[in-house]
Amino acid sequence: MELDWELRELQTLEGHKDRVWSVAWNPATGVAGIPPMFASCSGDKTVRVWEQTPSSSSWDCKAVLDETHTRTVRSCAWSPSGKLLATASFDATTGIWENVGDDFECVSTLEGHENEVKSVSWNASGSLLATCGRDKSVWIWEVLPGKEFECASVLQGHTQDVKMVMWHPTMDILFSCSYDNSVKVWAEDGDDDWHCVQTLNEANNGHSSTVWALSFNGSGDKMVTCSDDLTMKIWGTDLKKMMSEDGYAPWSHLCTLSGYHDRTVFSVHWSRKGLIVTGAADDAIRLFVESKDGSVDEPSYKMILRKEKAHDMDVNSVQWGPGETRLLASASDDGTIKIWELQPVA
Amino acid sequence: MVSGLINANPVVYEKKERRVRSAPANVDEYAVEPIDQLEIFDHLRDIKDPEHPYSLEELKVISEDAIEVDDSNSYVRITFTPTVEHCSMATIIGLCLRVKLMRSLPSRYKVDIRIAPGSHATEAAVNKQLNDKERVAAALENPNLVEMVDECLAPTYGFSN
Repeated sequence: MELDWELRELQTLEGHKDRVWSVAWNPATGVAGIPPMFASCSGDKTVRVWEQTPSSSSWDCKAVLDETHTRTVRSCAWSPSGKLLATASFDATTGIWENVGDDFECVSTLEGHENEVKSVSWNASGSLLATCGRDKSVWIWEVLPGKEFECASVLQGHTQDVKMVMWHPTMDILFSCSYDNSVKVWAEDGDDDWHCVQTLNEANNGHSSTVWALSFNGSGDKMVTCSDDLTMKIWGTDLKKMMSEDGYAPWSHLCTLSGYHDRTVFSVHWSRKGLIVTGAADDAIRLFVESKDGSVDEPSYKMILRKEKAHDMDVNSVQWGPGETRLLASASDDGTIKIWELQPVA
Repeated sequence: MVSGLINANPVVYEKKERRVRSAPANVDEYAVEPIDQLEIFDHLRDIKDPEHPYSLEELKVISEDAIEVDDSNSYVRITFTPTVEHCSMATIIGLCLRVKLMRSLPSRYKVDIRIAPGSHATEAAVNKQLNDKERVAAALENPNLVEMVDECLAPTYGFSN
């Protein structure tokens, strides 16, 4: 049965004094009666933590994490347990914050990148952290007892600015995307050595301009990437082979979604229910879903919703809420964050 | 100090006469006045070249014709022409244009900035950098760069010249 959907705006959150670059939901919230919580970070050098107040359902700022980063905070990520928050900043450091009671304390600062750090990601078990930045490198950090972090590897391979790093949702395989138009896949060889095992670039149906973001589907056998070339691309792999002794199976291009965006696509996120959301420089939010209409083997995707003027300026980040919720958070150059709920049209 | 300049002897052109923008006969003060080519040119013409005491207009780095505006869609594209093919100042000039428009235009505007096709050795690389807002944001947190940009923009605010 075909349903029509709408995005209903629940609340606009103000507080940041500059563009909001990124939002990250705490994965340990929004379930079992724990109110949903997320963090946002901004050009105003701060991170804000927001939580839904159960009695009023309104979203309120619970904490402002300032006086640590001296430049833009570009992205943030919660550990799988939801206890630690990592923040990547243009000041060349990555902050690690611990949720202590109602407050957040900076418990560690990771130094090593030469300049702007642009993205940070935790692996599925929370034992590894990855960072990347303008110095073209990707760093893997081991999380040691006592909130100590040790650099396990510095990965060189990208020829430009690395925009985003993201771990596979179940396996210790790392993905990075870059201003050099490529996505690189990194895996460990068993001797604690990390190598680039695959490069997805224009030569194998990849992007023709900066790749800004990527996201995995719920089962981890598909990945979506978005780019300055105005397209999204869907990639697939053989998960069984990947989980076998090989530990790795190559990713191949499944399809390209073009003609939907007319300015840069900055953010993409795949929900557990199979909905792909994008945020773009045309101020709009779009939703895509796999279409069963295709008569051929390869999957096809269709746009099911376009929210024009979702924000007054560029949409930098879109993230689905944790668990089975239909909540969506979006962050924009207009300095606001919006909370949306996806609803079927009656 | 002439020896260090990238283009020591640029050709300097005459400034265009300033047209007075004519007010319509029936002035409706609530009418939305669309932003046009000339208005945008007026924001940019007095930007000082990073290495010469001349304006971008005098060096023909920008001209009115190189400005495309679509006010109903809140879109502007600026095409500028560096004075020499290997001008390493091209990114600074582009940054000045972007900053000036960021400060002058309503925030609804989308701005693309590019080098005139064929006028620069590393055209694609410069264009990509100027239109990557993350790199622009990072550059504008660099005090040295901001100082350079502000110096070039000073004449456009009528502080000197």
